[in-house]
Amino acid sequence: MLNKMPSPSTWVTVSVSSVSCDCLPVSAGSSMAGSEILEQESSYLELCRTPVRFEEISSVNNVFFDEANKQVFAVRAGGAVGVVVRGLDEKQPISFRLEDKGEIKSIKLSPGNRIVAVQRSGKSVDFCNLMGEATEYSQECRGRNCYVLGFCWTSPNEIVFITDQGLELYQVQAEKRSVKLIKSMGTSFVNWFVFSSEGPTLLLSLTPLGNVLQPVLAKVGNLVKLTKFEVEVPVIPKPPRLCLTEPDVTTAVIYGQLYVVVLRHRVRTTPSQAGSEVWLYHLSRDGHTCKIHVLQLNSTGCFATNVVDNLVVIHHRASKTSMVFDIQLKKVSEGPVKLHQPVLPSLPICPFTIQPRAGASLGAGTAVTTCELYSTSWIVFRPDIIMDAGLGYLWSLRLRLPRIVATLPDRLQLVDFLLLRRDCRPVLLNVCSQLLSGGQAGGLAVVSLVFDKLNSVYKEWLEADKSDAAALDGGAGGRPPTPHKPVRSHAVVDQWEMYTSVLVPFAESKTISYKFVIAVLMEYIRSLTQFHIHAQHYLYELVINTLVRNNAFYQLHQLLQYHVLSDSKKLACLMLSLESFYPPAHQLALDMLKRLSTANDEIVEVLLSKGRVLAALRFVRASGGADIMSARKFLEAASHVGDSLLFFCVFKFFEQRNQRLRNSPHFNPGEHCEPFVEYFKKLFGEDDFTPLQ
Amino acid sequence: MDVLGAHSLVAFAVYNPRFGSNEGEEYKKLLYYYPEDVEINEKIKTIGLCEAIVQFSRTFSRQSPARALHTQKNRHHFYEAEEHFWMVMVVKNPVVMKENSEGKSVPEYQEDVLLDSVYNAVLRQTYTMFKLFKGTFGMAMEQGGVETLKRRLQEFFSRYLLTLRLEQCDLIDTLGGISFFPLDKMTYLKIQSFISMVEFSFAHIQFTAFLYNEQLVWSGLEQDDMRTLFKYLTTSLFPSTIEAELAGKESPIHVSFPGYSQHYGRFLLGPRSLTDPNSPLRVPKIHVYIGSRHSELHLIVYKALSAAVCFLVDATVVLTLDFFQRLDTLVGPQLTLLASDIAEQYSSNRKPASSEKDSQFKFIYFNHMNLAEKSTVHVRRAANPSLVTVPTELLHILGDINSDFASSVEDEEVTVKAMSDYWVVGKRSDQRELYVILNQKNANLIEVNEEVKKLCTTQFSNIFFLD
Repeated sequence: MLNKMPSPSTWVTVSVSSVSCDCLPVSAGSSMAGSEILEQESSYLELCRTPVRFEEISSVNNVFFDEANKQVFAVRAGGAVGVVVRGLDEKQPISFRLEDKGEIKSIKLSPGNRIVAVQRSGKSVDFCNLMGEATEYSQECRGRNCYVLGFCWTSPNEIVFITDQGLELYQVQAEKRSVKLIKSMGTSFVNWFVFSSEGPTLLLSLTPLGNVLQPVLAKVGNLVKLTKFEVEVPVIPKPPRLCLTEPDVTTAVIYGQLYVVVLRHRVRTTPSQAGSEVWLYHLSRDGHTCKIHVLQLNSTGCFATNVVDNLVVIHHRASKTSMVFDIQLKKVSEGPVKLHQPVLPSLPICPFTIQPRAGASLGAGTAVTTCELYSTSWIVFRPDIIMDAGLGYLWSLRLRLPRIVATLPDRLQLVDFLLLRRDCRPVLLNVCSQLLSGGQAGGLAVVSLVFDKLNSVYKEWLEADKSDAAALDGGAGGRPPTPHKPVRSHAVVDQWEMYTSVLVPFAESKTISYKFVIAVLMEYIRSLTQFHIHAQHYLYELVINTLVRNNAFYQLHQLLQYHVLSDSKKLACLMLSLESFYPPAHQLALDMLKRLSTANDEIVEVLLSKGRVLAALRFVRASGGADIMSARKFLEAASHVGDSLLFFCVFKFFEQRNQRLRNSPHFNPGEHCEPFVEYFKKLFGEDDFTPLQ
Repeated sequence: MDVLGAHSLVAFAVYNPRFGSNEGEEYKKLLYYYPEDVEINEKIKTIGLCEAIVQFSRTFSRQSPARALHTQKNRHHFYEAEEHFWMVMVVKNPVVMKENSEGKSVPEYQEDVLLDSVYNAVLRQTYTMFKLFKGTFGMAMEQGGVETLKRRLQEFFSRYLLTLRLEQCDLIDTLGGISFFPLDKMTYLKIQSFISMVEFSFAHIQFTAFLYNEQLVWSGLEQDDMRTLFKYLTTSLFPSTIEAELAGKESPIHVSFPGYSQHYGRFLLGPRSLTDPNSPLRVPKIHVYIGSRHSELHLIVYKALSAAVCFLVDATVVLTLDFFQRLDTLVGPQLTLLASDIAEQYSSNRKPASSEKDSQFKFIYFNHMNLAEKSTVHVRRAANPSLVTVPTELLHILGDINSDFASSVEDEEVTVKAMSDYWVVGKRSDQRELYVILNQKNANLIEVNEEVKKLCTTQFSNIFFLD
């Protein structure tokens, strides 16, 4: 039944490799049992917890899968009894009936689920609207003597027939229940095809060897041929026969780029020989295709490919393990081609337990059982789908990032790896915490490099954000920037997260020496500074508080002296509060306020609170604020000092100011200085009060 | 001024009046006396005089008895270093030969030239230096009684006193500051990073101090200890190694390890050779105080180009050649790199010829809070520690202004017109002091004031220094 599956990406069963499968020295049964627990702990790949369940394949039930829409079709009795469509994205299954007009070869819903297309013969495709009247309409292929290999939806109402002689693009008008040819394209004999909804792109296998691939871009209403390319064949057989088959070719979108993934089998007689390889051909947007990555599998046998979170996962049936490749890491360049080794140790997927089906509560069948992994009834689809048609399960493959932390001991490699993953932030933060709690064993040098890696990504984001905001400002004329920032990548660990999740718990840990805490904090600030990222005051406060708690005032003083802890009013206030523990903090705070040059009022307040009234007056005069300052504030401060000479000076200073400003030495009633005038008279008598003329 | 026989050390003594309170046992009070070959009665007379003066002046001020005694030929300076332990330093007044009425030249003592504040500071500093290398007097008493103390005093002062250049002491010695090397934030953080890396690679290293160009960049030690250590490094260790270098005794380029990357690092205090296990180890121990806790540490000094690093290792740790080798391997290349980084940054940041242009300005800046000192009056190079670029008469005025400041708490400003064409301005703002020497012919007070203001805004714009 499985050969009816419309997808090419089934388990590879090339005759040569299936032979070598059996002679591989991996004894799956015995070795698995012993190390099962260990592997269970460390497996970093898992099947999703909420698989799609469908009626398993049987004599009355046929199963189809549409990779483009990720929908699984359970077709009972040719559709007459009913078709149930379940998708990973759909909550509710779609069900409908079809007339039983013979064996169904392929069935796919249009994007949007309005029309179902069914292929029952090599000549035509039948259509049926899901809404409204259920009468079918049909379209035969145009070419004479040609055979329809398959079809694919390229838009909600456009469909491409792939025949052995070319492509035919039709528009389906559901309301009129008619189908119209828009474009046809003739080619030499087509062996098979692969469809990718990225583009959408079709890949046609041409020539008797099948190794010439013709990419075709299926734009709306048009078909565009791109440059064809040839997959090298090691030995050209005589007479020529198909050397590159459909199951060995698939497409994948990795880091936003479309690749053609070709599995190259090798027969290996001794383990020292090179194993099979996966070749990645980059299908660039300008239509040019070239081989740029080679994944070295180091083994032979049956393989199947998934792409999860931009990682290429190669499942190997014989060893029941999966290899993981990242085309951005662990590469060795060989000319234009980059050779890759697995980035992680090869491990099996996490075991999956099967819950008994709700309806089938029949005796022994109800027990919870462990699903057989890498089973022969598995079919692997793009990008991350694994189906067990025998059990009626459809999973997506997931990466368990936290598990990888233990799998990859090299922390720098680990961080490189994590930075490229989705949802990696919590794991990254966790890795940082672990690294720091390891104390000195982790090595400050490693910590330093990890900080640099994180901040490099952080800086990129800040730059992107800045240009984004600038564009927004320019375009919308000062519209406030949107609070939600969609561009932010998952790998961006900003200062606040680092501070709250890693640095604060670390700094508060009782078991770690404060010197190490300071070293780490300074290292983080150094890294930020190196990437020209403005460190926030809370980081500095953490440094200060840690130093203060350990009475390392002199070290703090030196850091401030070299302006390592950037100036801010907040920091200055913090320093003022430390004066009673460390008197020089007062001077440091004043210097800082002075440098800020926006804190003149604060400086005056600080000086007045110290009773340094003359200093405050001199400061205000020097900074040009003498004409607008409040006389009352200074007179009050001077009267509190209890030095009558000081009060006299301050009083006379303001009388002179009044004279200059208003030609009269007297205070305005609005200045509320009457009590001080009285106080002055009391101290020095009326005579001295007589103002200078 | 024609100075004959520069003023110099006449006598130096340490005594404790409690040790020989009975008549006839006065000699017991004496713990150390320089010159050592003076007759015992002479020694007892000197300390007896001091004791009497101190005792007498206590009648007028219990808290601060007399600190100095002025006589025609000499000055006596007293300092109670620890409770009942007194130190005395007798300095000879400078002598000028003058012709008397009969045409004969006779010596005339310059009684007003010496400044108490300077020599009191020098005396205090002899004690802190002793404490740094030998621990306190009290500690010696606890560990081995009077004999141990006497031995330590003898060991230390018999050599140290010879290095005092009393005739060159001036305001800068009164202030006893630390000169800091200016650096930008990034370079400073790199240095921090380097220090942390070394400290965590060698767990024995408890503290680190980093100097560049004989100026401090970072100190893990407390301020007071660093002040004394800084003094030792800049006035004793660095000059002596420079002399050795000039004499060609030590090759500055480190090539003794074939296969290792070449670097310029070497130990100033450490093993003489990294390959010979029998080579002498020169690592003094120093005594420092963290909070109130005393600790004894090995002082290792490593230098590459102009960067010098002090590594302070717990004294209980036995230093092996292997340790020094590993330290050298780790620190040498990195410090060489860092030092050339700093040099590059320093030369690019320095405003072209700004120091030369303002040559009519000379100033001394001092901050009591962090002991930061900056002087353009002194040219401090290791080879000749104190080269003064202005007439000594002006330094005397500076010293007087400083004494004025010391006796009051208010912010002050003093402007003095010297006999020559110089103006001297002293300013104090909170804990900072600035002394400016201006050489401007025919300048008036207003102009001088303007010049000083200008200097403040250009040199001290980033600190709170009131005009």
